[in-house]
Amino acid sequence: MKLLTGNDLASGAVVWWTGSDWSVHLEEAADVGEHAEEIMAVEEAARRVNTPYAVDAQATPNGPRPSHIKDRIRALGPTVRPDLSLPKADRAAGSWVI
Amino acid sequence: MYRYDHYDQAMVDARVAEFRDQCARRLSGELTEDQFKPLRLMNGLYLQLHAYMLRVAIPYGTLSGAQMRMLAQVARKYDRGYGHFTTRQNIQYNWIKLEDAGTILAELATVEMHAIQTSGNCIRNISSDQYAGAAADEVADPRVWAELIRQWSSFHPEFSYLPRKFKIAVIAANEDRAAMKLHDIGLQVVRNDAGELGCAVYVGGGMGRTPMVGPLIREFVGADALMTYLEACLRVYNRYGRRDNIYKARIKILVHDLGPDEYRRQVEEEFAQLRAAPGGGIDPPAAEWDRIAAHFAPPPFQASFADDEPDLADPDFRVWLSQNVQAHKQPGYAIATISLKPVGGIPGDASAEQMDLIADLAERLSFDEVRVTHAQNLVLPHVPKRELYALWQALDAAGLATSNLDLVSDIIACPGLDYCSLANARSIPVAQRIAERFADMDRQRDLGELKIKISGCINACGHHHAGHIGILGVDRKGVENYQLLLGGSGAEDASLGKITGPGFDEAGIVDAVERTVEAYRRLRADSSERFLDTYRRVGMQPFKEAIYG
Repeated sequence: MKLLTGNDLASGAVVWWTGSDWSVHLEEAADVGEHAEEIMAVEEAARRVNTPYAVDAQATPNGPRPSHIKDRIRALGPTVRPDLSLPKADRAAGSWVI
Repeated sequence: MYRYDHYDQAMVDARVAEFRDQCARRLSGELTEDQFKPLRLMNGLYLQLHAYMLRVAIPYGTLSGAQMRMLAQVARKYDRGYGHFTTRQNIQYNWIKLEDAGTILAELATVEMHAIQTSGNCIRNISSDQYAGAAADEVADPRVWAELIRQWSSFHPEFSYLPRKFKIAVIAANEDRAAMKLHDIGLQVVRNDAGELGCAVYVGGGMGRTPMVGPLIREFVGADALMTYLEACLRVYNRYGRRDNIYKARIKILVHDLGPDEYRRQVEEEFAQLRAAPGGGIDPPAAEWDRIAAHFAPPPFQASFADDEPDLADPDFRVWLSQNVQAHKQPGYAIATISLKPVGGIPGDASAEQMDLIADLAERLSFDEVRVTHAQNLVLPHVPKRELYALWQALDAAGLATSNLDLVSDIIACPGLDYCSLANARSIPVAQRIAERFADMDRQRDLGELKIKISGCINACGHHHAGHIGILGVDRKGVENYQLLLGGSGAEDASLGKITGPGFDEAGIVDAVERTVEAYRRLRADSSERFLDTYRRVGMQPFKEAIYG
């Protein structure tokens, strides 16, 4: 599957395309299939997201998981600061990142 | 320390207003990201993995208590309660909102701070010796020279779009505590045979993907000609630096390709032309030197403290004293390094509360001065010896009294893949695991000076080339892999580390470092021989045998 991600223009937060909007939660990310380019064009023009790009991912029972470690770290937060991760302060939440 | 004059403050305030307007235009959609990116980078605002990152300049690593307190305020109000001190003596905030950027810069400007020229292909923050003004071995205070260079390079119209970024370091002692020869230009303030002050000029050092130790280009440039000489050095680079290839655009490539002799010839030719022009060059009059130097006059030390010695009854304090406290040129005073490397901590990170405490301690005990080191620690440069025990107690209560300066756990680590969009691998967890492996203080002290430096990509922000033991994180088919290097040094005996062989995974690199260190214990001539000296004496082979079996 392919996911679309970027950073929120105003806050800089990592966001994922849900199919109709952007969410900070990876679990809400939608498979954009072959439509990444057209979604990015519309969303960037609308100033809703900064520097969007498509990433490869796998579907799992717990939600989508990006293939590359960099995007998994973007999804959760710094591995060295679990107190800043999403969901907040859940050390087990990062078990799939590395 | 230096205080802004009317021109300094007006320049910074004007830039804040300009950037605030640019941020608003980006948020409104008037500017695209392609248009906005070079503007935000000129003001130190990057877009990193998780959010915008703001890099704030700390000229030659010197801060007042009020400035440190402002850094704490920014961390608390606009970030997530902490900041990261970098290998260029700056501070970075990792969670900045674009909508707050203008306000943050306005607040920083109230304490004479900014983020100008902390990114982009310009002359960056001038770095220096963290012991400046306090070290017994310096011939002058290098910050006077660094401040003049800061003024020359700020908004320099000819050098705002260089082929690539440009870093200058200034020291004034034979012991190099600023990795001077690994900068685009390294300056060592020296006296000539006539007793006059000037600089030895090294050009073309650097790390990154093509590390080089800068060659000596001129043995001595007098104080009255230094700025003109630097102008000539930059002009030759600006004219002939490789703008066609980002990987060959740094001055080290130009100096290497031309050869130091030809580069020197061209600089001397340019220098002669500048000196022949009306006015005789761009150097300021002696009065301007004197004006700047007055800002760095020694603080009012108490001569009556000369015979003071601290109470050594507390054994933990004694360890800290012997490891983290250095001799001061003024009898009765000492230089105290505050380690930002607690075992298991993140190298260079400090919380807002810790920054507030250090600001208080600087005001009370160090003539209102704090220094940032390129090794990501902090320094109180002028502490009366009679106050050292009270200082240690206050630091210890805040988790800031780790006694590991220059030991195996005093590790430089870049932010790596935990924060940086350029990184290929994480640096911080490797530093944490190594520090935990060597947590025993007796073991660390037995090993002596041993500098480990870790970078998460080839750009080498973690100075891995200059580590006695260097570690470089790479991406091997989407998996983190770590190369091990031995034999580097950023000090006066500057050298570049060599790769030992095949890389390791995260657990494997920690084991490999331990095997390297244990090999050193077996190979050293005696306990006084440093790791680096043992390596230089015996070479790579016995270490390779220990590492790979």
